Amino acid sequence: MTLSAVQTRTGLALREVTLTYPDGESRMTALDRVSLEVAPGEFTAVAGPSGSGKSSLLAVAATLLRPDSGQVLLDGQDAGALAESARTALRRERLGIVFQQSNLLASLTAVEQLLVLESVRGGRPRAARQRAEDLLASVGLDGSKQQRRPHQLSGGERQRVNIARALFGSPSVLLVDEPTSALDHERGGQIVDLLAEITRTHRTATVMVTHDRDLLGRVDRVLEMQDGRLR
Amino acid sequence: MFVALRDIRFAKGRFALMGAVVTLITTLVVFLYGLTGGLASAASSAIAGLPADRIVFGAPAGAAPTVSFSNSTVSPAQAAAFAGAPGVVSARPLGLSMTRLTTSEAAATVSVLGTDAGLLPPLKSGAAPADGQLAVGSETAALYHLTPGRQVQVGPAKLTVSGITEQRSYSHAPTVWTTVPTWERLSGQNQPIALALSTSSGSDPGALDNAQGTKTVAVADSLTGINGFDAEQGSLQMIQGFLFVVSALVVGAFFTVWTVQRKPDIAVLKAVGASSGYLVRDALAQAAAVLVGGALLGGSAGAVGGVFASSSVPFDVSVPGVAVPVTVMVLLGLVGAVLAVRRITAVDPLAALGANR
Ligand SMILES: Nc1ncnc2c1ncn2[C@@H]1O[C@H](COP(=O)(O)OP(=O)(O)O)[C@@H](O)[C@H]1O
Ligand SMILES: [Mg+2]
Repeated sequence: MTLSAVQTRTGLALREVTLTYPDGESRMTALDRVSLEVAPGEFTAVAGPSGSGKSSLLAVAATLLRPDSGQVLLDGQDAGALAESARTALRRERLGIVFQQSNLLASLTAVEQLLVLESVRGGRPRAARQRAEDLLASVGLDGSKQQRRPHQLSGGERQRVNIARALFGSPSVLLVDEPTSALDHERGGQIVDLLAEITRTHRTATVMVTHDRDLLGRVDRVLEMQDGRLR
Repeated sequence: MFVALRDIRFAKGRFALMGAVVTLITTLVVFLYGLTGGLASAASSAIAGLPADRIVFGAPAGAAPTVSFSNSTVSPAQAAAFAGAPGVVSARPLGLSMTRLTTSEAAATVSVLGTDAGLLPPLKSGAAPADGQLAVGSETAALYHLTPGRQVQVGPAKLTVSGITEQRSYSHAPTVWTTVPTWERLSGQNQPIALALSTSSGSDPGALDNAQGTKTVAVADSLTGINGFDAEQGSLQMIQGFLFVVSALVVGAFFTVWTVQRKPDIAVLKAVGASSGYLVRDALAQAAAVLVGGALLGGSAGAVGGVFASSSVPFDVSVPGVAVPVTVMVLLGLVGAVLAVRRITAVDPLAALGANR
């Protein structure tokens, strides 16, 4: 990452974001003038019941859905103003996504799950290998486990690879989608602790969406989502 | 190719199966290609190899001339008119018939071509035939132990071998060469059946045809006039064409199913910033790897099989005979793959979010 890109890190901002889905004849409002600012190094959780709009919020912040109105700013850049290919590039350069299912590619080893991003960026995966191994080790996956494929890893280990992959591009914004839904309570707590630590060390603006209230003690700020509104 | 190669390694069985299909079809096509070429030579090399550029067909008085060696006949007046026309370097008579060659040990069907020494294939030994003599191809000579000076029975006549030429064949029978008068004696005909023209720039075969009631075509186009030539070549080429199409469809179907199965992976890669272009290139590289691997293997198998087969069936083994089918297989397969992996562009990265993969 270039120096100027580091300097422009301002985190994530949503301004008056409204999102509707078609619903029969009319449209239903999934996000109702949602505003949110998350600074670098801040770990924010968005909690709320099922159907309240958490996934929609994440999709909009991830530039995977265009809101009906309002702005989505990543490091101050308005994603709404960008064409599809520029949004793809923005995701590549600014954003890390920790998926709900670990969403790893079945044919790749743990370390290759990270290296594929170097290939996507047009870089040389071989040259990035050491960095990928260090990153995996820093999330608690070391030694021979780095050479295993997803089906040879436990759920918690897969989630660690998922997190390391999200961090690989040195993102300024980290979006986390229900990271513990496939894990037991103890392992879920470990994963959230890891995310909190990463947010501090990597200075990411982290937004975690969850319906698991037991985890909320470990974050800097909890926002409640209810019927598309954020409080 | 980062994901492409690892997917091949991971799903070895499936890709091996696809590669095997490409290999088998390529083997078959290379084999058919060589057979088509070999049969074409067996049916026509005596005509196709003539050192002439056009063939003149005639018809009995009152009939319209057609491109057919079995129906054609050329009168002395027509032959003289062509020979004397401006731009015609030579107009040599051709007599063609099928008969039996009998030696003390064996008998075989041969095609007899009666013509001037000027149209003889390159001589390997001996001399061009005079009246009462014949020249035979090298393979025929080897098969029946013929050497210059030996006498053989050709149809009703006893002829002396004058020389050995390069091997030629007509209508799937080896060709023996003799003079026009000797051919007339063997075949019971009294005039040649066609003319072989060598022309220079000033010739006007169209005008001559109109004046003489003849039909003049390029040597390559005259092969149609050999009985069964078009039907034989056409049906073999049609089988090859079908095999190419079947292969492209199978490859297309395979990569369609594969792409649909990969949709979740594609959505994740797009969500983490892979462009459609990157993913399509990756998928096409994968298809190319399978196609090139399969086609090269099949091409080699077809060529090796062809070398073995060429001792018992007419078979042309040549570099283009392998390279052309292999290249066409790869290119048509890629067309099928392009149509299949096109759907990568339509995958929505949004699908990577949420629980419902
Ligand atoms: N693709 C869609 N089309 C129509 N309605 C949708 C779609 N996705 C979500 N919704 C609706 O939008 C609301 C918010 O959904 P969602 O963002 O998934 O909430 P959560 O993640 O908190 O469960 C729900 O009422 C849901 O039914
Ligand atoms: Mg949800």
